[in-house]
Amino acid sequence: MSEHIVPVKVYVSIFLALMVGTAVTVLAAFQDFPGALNVIVAMTIAVVKATLVVLYFMHVRYSARLIWVIVASALFWMGILFALTFSDYWTRGWL
Amino acid sequence: MAESYVEHEASHPALQHHFENLEQQREAGTLGMWVFLVTEIMFFGGMFLAYTLYRSKFPEAFAIASNHLDIKLGAINTAVLILSSFTMAMAVYSTQVGKLRAQIIYLVLTIVLGLAFLGIKGVEYHEKYVDHLIPGTLIPGNPFNPDPHAMHLTQGVLMQHVQMFYWIYFAMTGMHALHMIIGVGLLSVILYFSVKGRYSPEYHNPVEVAGLYWHFVDIVWIFLFPLLYLLGRHLGGH
Repeated sequence: MSEHIVPVKVYVSIFLALMVGTAVTVLAAFQDFPGALNVIVAMTIAVVKATLVVLYFMHVRYSARLIWVIVASALFWMGILFALTFSDYWTRGWL
Repeated sequence: MAESYVEHEASHPALQHHFENLEQQREAGTLGMWVFLVTEIMFFGGMFLAYTLYRSKFPEAFAIASNHLDIKLGAINTAVLILSSFTMAMAVYSTQVGKLRAQIIYLVLTIVLGLAFLGIKGVEYHEKYVDHLIPGTLIPGNPFNPDPHAMHLTQGVLMQHVQMFYWIYFAMTGMHALHMIIGVGLLSVILYFSVKGRYSPEYHNPVEVAGLYWHFVDIVWIFLFPLLYLLGRHLGGH
């Protein structure tokens, strides 16, 4: 299994996408969306940007399965951290 | 078999004796860095959790405190960091294809951009210092004591909740800045060995692994920027 060399064109495209994402997130922050939509828009853009960095700049898209498992495990344990904590805090008022 | 093993071992000076070949050594190095990054994700995850918790408890105070941050400097720093991630990726690419001069140039650019980020962060921290926004009594003789009028404090919002935002702001951006400083140190070592000609298309894992760390620090900022600087802008910030 030899390594995959990502072409420069891909790096440039990802860089431009990240810059556009930053501009969009700043513009969107000044719009008053209903409800919690502002947070949802901001976090969606951040997740997309982070995913681009992980997949292309960090080469995970072309990496061994084991790397995918490691990355997924981080997200899984983060999920537990948030889910268990907030299942407590956000339900305290229910009693 | 034994002879070919010995022959292989002698084939590249960078190959450590406990690996069968450079490919295996490279994959082990990358895997090791990713395992470390998982611990880093959990480490920052705890702080993101604290942020989410207190923001949901004190939404108005957090919006007011956030609107006092310098959005221009924050956005410029985001661009600087993304550009540095690009130059880092190009440094790895240049090593992979054996363009050693480009490798050195891109490493220098990455370090310079990292230092620029830290410089801008320093300007921001100084502004907070001048406005008495550094929480608690971390700075002797300059306790947390902002002008409520300058903060546009509205009725019913407590200054101690505004202070909570600044505790989290300084903890998270401070930890991020520390990671940047470590990253710049790491890349300086890589640059030193680059100049000495240690890295080649066959052996470039240290460059790649340092890059993984650098990109991780960039990702943390990708989340910090909207969460800390942009959260209250739609409420008519300043």
